[in-house]
Amino acid sequence: MHRILLFLSTLLLSLLITACSSESKNESNNNYPIKEVTDGIYYHQGIHQEPSEENMGAIANVGFIIGERCVAVIDSGGSYLEGTYLRQAITEKTDLPVCYVINSHVHPDHIFGNAAFKDDNPEFIGNEKLPAAIAARQGFFAKTFKETLGAAYKGTEFISPTRTVSIGNPVTLDLGNRKLILTAYPTSHTDNDLTVFDQKTKTLWTGDLLFMERIPVLDGSINGWLSTMQQLKKLDLNYVVPGHGTASKDLWQQGFENQIRYFTTIHDEIRVIVDNLGTIKEATETVGITEQNSWELFLDYHRRNVTASFVQLEWE
Amino acid sequence: MFNRIISLLTASLALAFISVPASAITPTEPLWPTLKVEYFGDRAEFIREDANDLLVLEAPKRAEDAAIVPITIKSLVPQTADKYIKNIYFIIDNNPEPMSATFHLSPDLGLIDITTRMRVDQYTFIRAVAEMNDGSLHMVSRFVKASGGCSAPAGKDAAAALARLGKMQIRMRKPTIGEPVTAQVIVSHPNYNGLQFDQASRLYIREHRVTNMTVSYNDKTLISVDTGISVSEDPSLRFTFTPTEAGTLKADVKDTKDQEFTQQKEIM
Repeated sequence: MHRILLFLSTLLLSLLITACSSESKNESNNNYPIKEVTDGIYYHQGIHQEPSEENMGAIANVGFIIGERCVAVIDSGGSYLEGTYLRQAITEKTDLPVCYVINSHVHPDHIFGNAAFKDDNPEFIGNEKLPAAIAARQGFFAKTFKETLGAAYKGTEFISPTRTVSIGNPVTLDLGNRKLILTAYPTSHTDNDLTVFDQKTKTLWTGDLLFMERIPVLDGSINGWLSTMQQLKKLDLNYVVPGHGTASKDLWQQGFENQIRYFTTIHDEIRVIVDNLGTIKEATETVGITEQNSWELFLDYHRRNVTASFVQLEWE
Repeated sequence: MFNRIISLLTASLALAFISVPASAITPTEPLWPTLKVEYFGDRAEFIREDANDLLVLEAPKRAEDAAIVPITIKSLVPQTADKYIKNIYFIIDNNPEPMSATFHLSPDLGLIDITTRMRVDQYTFIRAVAEMNDGSLHMVSRFVKASGGCSAPAGKDAAAALARLGKMQIRMRKPTIGEPVTAQVIVSHPNYNGLQFDQASRLYIREHRVTNMTVSYNDKTLISVDTGISVSEDPSLRFTFTPTEAGTLKADVKDTKDQEFTQQKEIM
């Protein structure tokens, strides 16, 4: 009996030691590269895939801005695991505390890392409609993503903002000689979109109001998003960090043009079908086919965009 | 002391194994054997399954948008006064409330061709069970894959849906008397199913959804649908009927707050 216990305890101790040593590794993570966009602004570029255990849900752009007093995180990752990688990446760049975790909108790839920043005791900030959006999806997301993300999901929590931003009332945060302006938008990509503008470098984090390379996903209002894009593309900006795809100095305007073209195309083609009393099925089979080669993951999301747009355009 | 540590460690090891979640989303046991008894009681064993000579059930292979999955049910045998489909029960096995809609149908409908929109939470079988006027039961079914990524069966713009609550449309081409025509009834309604949580009040939003949609022609009911919680926001009913004389096509909608909405269209 004692021998069995001894064996078990040895086994457990060795397991614990392995676990501890893998968690305490301090060198930078080659699998989690961080790029500097411009002075003090860093991001990890998400991979253009569906979320999975292998990619730990790290499919969206997440990152941080360093001021003289503290750090703001902008989107925390697609899993608790990614959140810990992002936290580690911050530690490698600065000893300053994380004082804000800003969520650009409700989707799992942007908020699931929140719990990795709990020890920093930051203010969690989002659009005023973010709490309701989290509440409405929480049960469903927990159920599906536990399966999709497997081990990477472990530790993931739904953390609602402790401070919110309302439409028409931008909020200014000061990271110490570095001001960020947070703006909430009427329903566009979702009904809870938020952008972050760094005054010092004229950099805009768009959240998922801009997708580069990867097909944009509509979970809000097609008309609302089109009108938001018209405003954003005219802004005087030096750098743009999109929700997905490459951050850039000079590609982002074309990015908005591509997205406007995509949604205008499907809008106009669906309009014709709706006016002719056609069906969602007809629309998903025919609309926007010319866009197929312009986007990655087209087949995974295009039909969904057409379906979501169709039921909105019935009421236009 | 050492023994205590060991037993603690052993216990935590056991717990670690127990807390490994079994696959949470896709039920491994088929639900249908249980569901059919729940819904049809003693008659369950007499359901003729694979009634593909009578019914066609159309749905996308994958629920592209979990909140809006178009479902079409067609009959292959015309309705006649002697022999007709009286009711069609539409069931989504893995949804929180599988019985999703019950269509009560008139023998005057001709060929049945009905499309509606449903929320589909996860990988599931969907089924249409037709009950003939002689009481016999006939079923067709198919499998629908869940949507990927961040598609949730939640509304996209709750505020906008509430703002136009009760607005209705009857959409159709100009009909010809004596010929089949397709019409669509849509009612703007957030269709809260009681599963949405309100952060501000820390309570579930009270169920507020459509319970019945009835379409009649010259006061004779063509289709009456009892709608369950799986029905999408802004419920839509698309159907084919044949106006045999000039008259009024009328749609009446009722919801859980006993609100009634109505819309009609003259056919000449």
